Amino acid sequence: MTNAKFEAPPKGGFSFDLCKRNEMLLNKGLKAPGFLKTGTTIVGLIFQDGVILGADTRATEGPIVADKNCEKIHYMAPNIYCCGAGTAADTEAVTDMVSSQLKLHRYHTGRESRVVTSLTLLKTHLFRYQGYVSAALVLGGVDITGPHLHTIYPHGSTDTLPFATMGSGSLAAMSVFESKFREGLSKEEGIKLVCEAISSGIFNDLGSGSNVDVCVITKGNVEYLRNHVEPNPRTYTSAKGCTFTKPTEVLSTKVSLREKKAEVNEGGDAMEE
Amino acid sequence: MSIFEYNGSALVAMVGKNCFAIGSDRRLGVQLQTIATDFQRIFQIHDHLFIGLSGLGTDAQTLYQRLVFRHKLYQLREERDMKPETFANLVSAILYEKRFGPYFCQPVIAGLGDDNKPFICTMDSIGAKELAKDFVVAGTASESLYGACESMYKPDMEPEELFETVSQALQASLDRDCLSGWGGHVYLV
Repeated sequence: MTNAKFEAPPKGGFSFDLCKRNEMLLNKGLKAPGFLKTGTTIVGLIFQDGVILGADTRATEGPIVADKNCEKIHYMAPNIYCCGAGTAADTEAVTDMVSSQLKLHRYHTGRESRVVTSLTLLKTHLFRYQGYVSAALVLGGVDITGPHLHTIYPHGSTDTLPFATMGSGSLAAMSVFESKFREGLSKEEGIKLVCEAISSGIFNDLGSGSNVDVCVITKGNVEYLRNHVEPNPRTYTSAKGCTFTKPTEVLSTKVSLREKKAEVNEGGDAMEE
Repeated sequence: MSIFEYNGSALVAMVGKNCFAIGSDRRLGVQLQTIATDFQRIFQIHDHLFIGLSGLGTDAQTLYQRLVFRHKLYQLREERDMKPETFANLVSAILYEKRFGPYFCQPVIAGLGDDNKPFICTMDSIGAKELAKDFVVAGTASESLYGACESMYKPDMEPEELFETVSQALQASLDRDCLSGWGGHVYLV
């Protein structure tokens, strides 16, 4: 099939066909593009009934804020969530991939996913790519063996900790945890501490900003508090909006009507999903 | 010079009330030399789904061909058009597959989903999705587009007003970017 004109969709894995060309372009003096980074503060801690994860919501591309309200707490399984820092595409792809593997594993075993399972899946993938898949993760969840919190580094090493921070704001957040964390925090105290740690990252680290997302995982229950705190609202917008003095010069206009959607034949020989 | 700046481009998509607009410039250059003034960067995937591809012109065209191919396979198999969300996932997967040797393209996707709900999203060159409720921008003029859109956008605009806002934002930004210009195309759906 080497000379096939027809290129079937790939089944998975990376493709390296453009590497040679891109290297040639780089050697000609053209710079490679920067990727979307999360440049983040992400934290997690264990409290008396489970795990609390927290994240800021800024995505950056160099010095530009590309997204003011992105989601960094990713779903892994109904009882496991994962915060991601590093290259946005990598954190997104690696968590999505492992989440689907976990779901298949659940269908196969008929049991709730364990946090160590997702930990192992994540670290084997990251180790395989020797740090080139740059995802720094904080993984938290509650399973049959109790609450668990882990950090995973891009090279595939892991830690198991009662409280953890990651990303560019990790130092700011860790300073809060180191001074205020104790074992057996209540839920309210835990959420407050996580918010404080993230806020410290938002205000002291330029790579982090905007709002605070919190996710509380307890036995059999998950509370995803999106934009739990919004410390940076837009302070002023003109009520009048913009008025344009000179209307846009339209050189040509073409109007085409949208086709009516075809009626779907419910039942009958409709294809099952 | 970054590879994104080789050909120059400007893309913007904005959401209004049950409608969206997607606009681009028309210039194709080789660094500072203009080659063409009628270059197409926005492509129609189906009746109410558009994709704009900023960045390197050659990759934009290759990527478009691959996307059309994959969309046609989907149409044959499913006998329906792709939802914008599905299409965004497809684009993201195609880009992430080339994680270590990317297409030098930053796509902007805009479409109408079920119940005519507008959907817009952009990505970086390796498929990190950025969903937005208001507007998305891409290309060499992205910095000035961010500024223009941030100040001109307001929620729930009617089609006529949306068109005017997008056009004005696009024109204002093109004038401040050497690498894009020569007027623009705006699609209003």
